[in-house]
Amino acid sequence: MEKKTIVIGVIGADVHAVGNQILYHAFSDAGFNVVNLGVMVSQEEFINAAIETNADAILVSSLYGQGELDCRGLREKCDEAGLDHILLYVGGNIVIGKQPFEEVEQRFRAMGFDRSYPPGTPPEVDIADLKKDLHIED
Amino acid sequence: MKPVLLIDFGSTYTKVTAVDVDAPRLLGTANSYTTVQTDINNGLADALSRLEARTGKLDYSERYACSSAAGGLRMLASGLVPELTAEAAKTASLGAGAKVLKTYAFKLTEDDAEEIKALSPDIFLLVGGTDGGNSDCITHNARVLKEIGGSWPIILAGNRNAARECERILEGREVHICENVMPKFGTLNIEPTQREIREVFLNNIVKAKGLTKASELISGIMMPTPSAVMAAMKLLAEGTKAQKGMGDLIAVDVGGATTDVYSVAEGLPDDPRTALRGLPEPYIKRTVEGDIGMRYSIRGIIEAAGLERVAETAGLAPERLSRIVDTFAENTDMLPCDDETQRADEALASWAVRVAVTRHAGRLEEIFGLGGLKLVQTGKNLVNVDKFIVTGGSLIHTEHTRDIASYGFYDEEEPESLKPKQCDVLVDRSYIIAAMGLLSKNYPDAALTILKEELKTETR
Repeated sequence: MEKKTIVIGVIGADVHAVGNQILYHAFSDAGFNVVNLGVMVSQEEFINAAIETNADAILVSSLYGQGELDCRGLREKCDEAGLDHILLYVGGNIVIGKQPFEEVEQRFRAMGFDRSYPPGTPPEVDIADLKKDLHIED
Repeated sequence: MKPVLLIDFGSTYTKVTAVDVDAPRLLGTANSYTTVQTDINNGLADALSRLEARTGKLDYSERYACSSAAGGLRMLASGLVPELTAEAAKTASLGAGAKVLKTYAFKLTEDDAEEIKALSPDIFLLVGGTDGGNSDCITHNARVLKEIGGSWPIILAGNRNAARECERILEGREVHICENVMPKFGTLNIEPTQREIREVFLNNIVKAKGLTKASELISGIMMPTPSAVMAAMKLLAEGTKAQKGMGDLIAVDVGGATTDVYSVAEGLPDDPRTALRGLPEPYIKRTVEGDIGMRYSIRGIIEAAGLERVAETAGLAPERLSRIVDTFAENTDMLPCDDETQRADEALASWAVRVAVTRHAGRLEEIFGLGGLKLVQTGKNLVNVDKFIVTGGSLIHTEHTRDIASYGFYDEEEPESLKPKQCDVLVDRSYIIAAMGLLSKNYPDAALTILKEELKTETR
């Protein structure tokens, strides 16, 4: 089976590098072709990378609480750039304060994110979801 | 004595340079008009007889030539995302000494197709997609090129998974397949494409441009003039086994139609914590500003720098400067003839240098986030470069070369632009850089000795 390509990175002015690096190794080990954009990645950089590499999904990390602001409009820009139906995931500390995650998830779904993950989600969870969404059989 | 002849077929002038490679020194230079329309040998013979008048009869053991005649190496390039593969295609072409007429991004449109047909380039560089990445765009563009027809060669250096399909689409055309200019996301691999461009230039373009008639006289090595300049700058920076080089440097050539900037430097950040953004930068980088030139593109300087600012530098009223600019634009072979036109010419050259070097140099952004201050660099950091080489009529024929060149230095009012802080300015008064680049292929030590001798440091 051909390897699926995913784009990962930490959005906005966020410099938290460690978790992203762990994700890079976890997804690579799980058999994905991972394009790692590192930290402080703009929406445009996620989109440009996904276009050139013909990616199947964009996985956005945000750990500094500004995730909601940084992620707003990403789906619309993907549509604009011709990345129709590309999978969008988001995870980390994506909002500030104690908010019920169901509400957060709903808000991000309304913004066009297929899946959102609360703090402390082990990579195995997203890997399993990604395989399901991309119809990859183990 | 072992005399060697170096020839530069320029768009206007054919320049000849005689050197002795035994006891390395410049024997003489001369020039005459390029006669590519009739027989390129006429202009060459004319230049050679002028040279002989200066040097006496010489029995040349070897002759080498470079050329930017007949429009130079005219290229078009197309990629996918403007900041990624399209930019990589442009960087590759410029670094191979080409004149890049236009770079297209995304899928070519019908209008683009008409334009490409009208421009009829010497080479088309078709790229797009990382290996295993997007292949829709490059195959679509291959179909558009097939549709356009024409006989210009196409170099294919995109997604390797699409290469054979593109080749099939373009059956019947001259296609050269190369490694991808961006095999993996964010990596640049332009050398194989540049080698191919040089090959195609040698095999096809030289013939098509009527330069073969001269080739009987030439022992070998024929390259686009900007490639020769790059070879000279690399040699000057790095040195040879026997001689030390000068280290990192910048060279600026302010011409009539364009301003070329070369840098030989890694250009990495001073602070290792600085994040790097954008494509990796080539160690030897060439940029060409098509809108910045002293005659044909003189209005571009005013547009980029602003009439008021250039007028202030010249010490002229804006209206007066504006009229002088009009005169220069209409009379492209006009030289400054009085105090006012001289001041205007120098001010325009100063701002041409400023604009071109600012565009060539990288930028440093300061971003304040929750983690405090973070530095982000795009492009090359040239702040620590300490050699600034200049050439071009407006900089050679003046006493104020250093003042003009200093417009390309770091400016505290624009600290984000990573231009050099403290530089020696070296000027190419005898116009030998391209010739030494040619010579460097077989006689690097002689070429370096002559470059060091002839490039004079401006002490103001």
